[in-house]
Amino acid sequence: MADLLKFELVSPERLLSSGDVQQVVVPGTEGEFTVLVNHAPVLSTLKPGVVTVTDESGNAERIFVRGGFAEVNPAGLTILAEEAVAVSELSADDLAQKIQNAREDVTDAKDPEKKRRAQETLDHLTQLQSAL
Amino acid sequence: MASLKDLRNRIATVKSTQKITKAMQMVAAAKLRRAQEAAEAARPYASRMGGVLANLSAAMEGREGGSALMAGTGRQDTHLLIVCTAERGLCGGFNSNIAKLAREHTDRLISEGKAVKIICVGKKGYDVLRRKYDHLIVDRVDLREVKRIAFGNAHDIAGKVLSMFDDGEFDVATLFYSEFRSVISQIPTALQIIPANVVSSEGEAADLGGAIYDYEPEESEILEELLPRNIGVQIFRALLENAASEQGARMSAMDNATRNAGEMIDKLTMSYNRQRQAQITKELIEIISGAEAV
Repeated sequence: MADLLKFELVSPERLLSSGDVQQVVVPGTEGEFTVLVNHAPVLSTLKPGVVTVTDESGNAERIFVRGGFAEVNPAGLTILAEEAVAVSELSADDLAQKIQNAREDVTDAKDPEKKRRAQETLDHLTQLQSAL
Repeated sequence: MASLKDLRNRIATVKSTQKITKAMQMVAAAKLRRAQEAAEAARPYASRMGGVLANLSAAMEGREGGSALMAGTGRQDTHLLIVCTAERGLCGGFNSNIAKLAREHTDRLISEGKAVKIICVGKKGYDVLRRKYDHLIVDRVDLREVKRIAFGNAHDIAGKVLSMFDDGEFDVATLFYSEFRSVISQIPTALQIIPANVVSSEGEAADLGGAIYDYEPEESEILEELLPRNIGVQIFRALLENAASEQGARMSAMDNATRNAGEMIDKLTMSYNRQRQAQITKELIEIISGAEAV
């Protein structure tokens, strides 16, 4: 295998993953794109979606990210995500249950602040579901 | 002169106080380690964000249409101070140092004829500032129930600040927090976050070897999205620094308290022993002189 791409996934709370990979598929706001080594410098915002990372041995790992940026420069690819969850850690049933709960929260919420929060959680969960 | 019983009681009191301060010191040490780890873990994101911003602002330099978050509103009339302090006391000068800095800042701005608004994050800062500037405090954020500061907390504060900015309620925002240097040194810091001071951030513009960045979408749109997020990141960083500083300050304050209690116990024990001996001597003299008289 030729050269590898240096890939980093960072959330505000910690460095989530870092290493050399073959290729990464990034869900950009204006369309998905694949980053290989020696890619031209790009700066793109992300839409909620799945980042697919293919490592050295060809195994693909899917990670759900919500909101953020991808920066490609000669040093490699850096994704800044506000939230990232490995898709393998999610289960459809679990998620459906959570969405159900969130819906109830939205209808039960009394003050606007609580309602806004509940709505945010619900939006977030539905995005996750559509990514699966 | 206190009686023997009084002295015994006082020694017992000081001993139990010492036990408490000792325990608090150890708890603070453990929490400090965790807080430091959290602050360290958050560093890559903040520095990458700084780097991206530096690249972007370098690309945008000398062009029209910069975001208001970066260029400012063109006025300096109303200042917003975001004062981050702890929820608990007993941590030396930690809270009062931040409050003092904020107070000096406020007084200076007022004497210059500017309007000031204050958002208090944390109970202790509110308690201090409310005495003098109650009418200036527009909002307060309670982090009392928060065990571990998550990005969400900072995000909520940033949301408040940004919506105020969008409504034109202030022109300049400054963040007050305590920077963690070491266990014995925490430096109260004022950091201007709106308009953003990108040039001074630690992120260096990356060397592209002559290539030009492709922007998806346009630079201005990216900047528009990135700057609000940067506010959240800055606040998050301030909160984490604060958490580490608070534990550091508490640790050294409690260490001092424990040592002082130790000294006090020594002194009290000394005078207790002296008095005990004096009493024994006195009783002996009484017995002997009584026997001689007979």
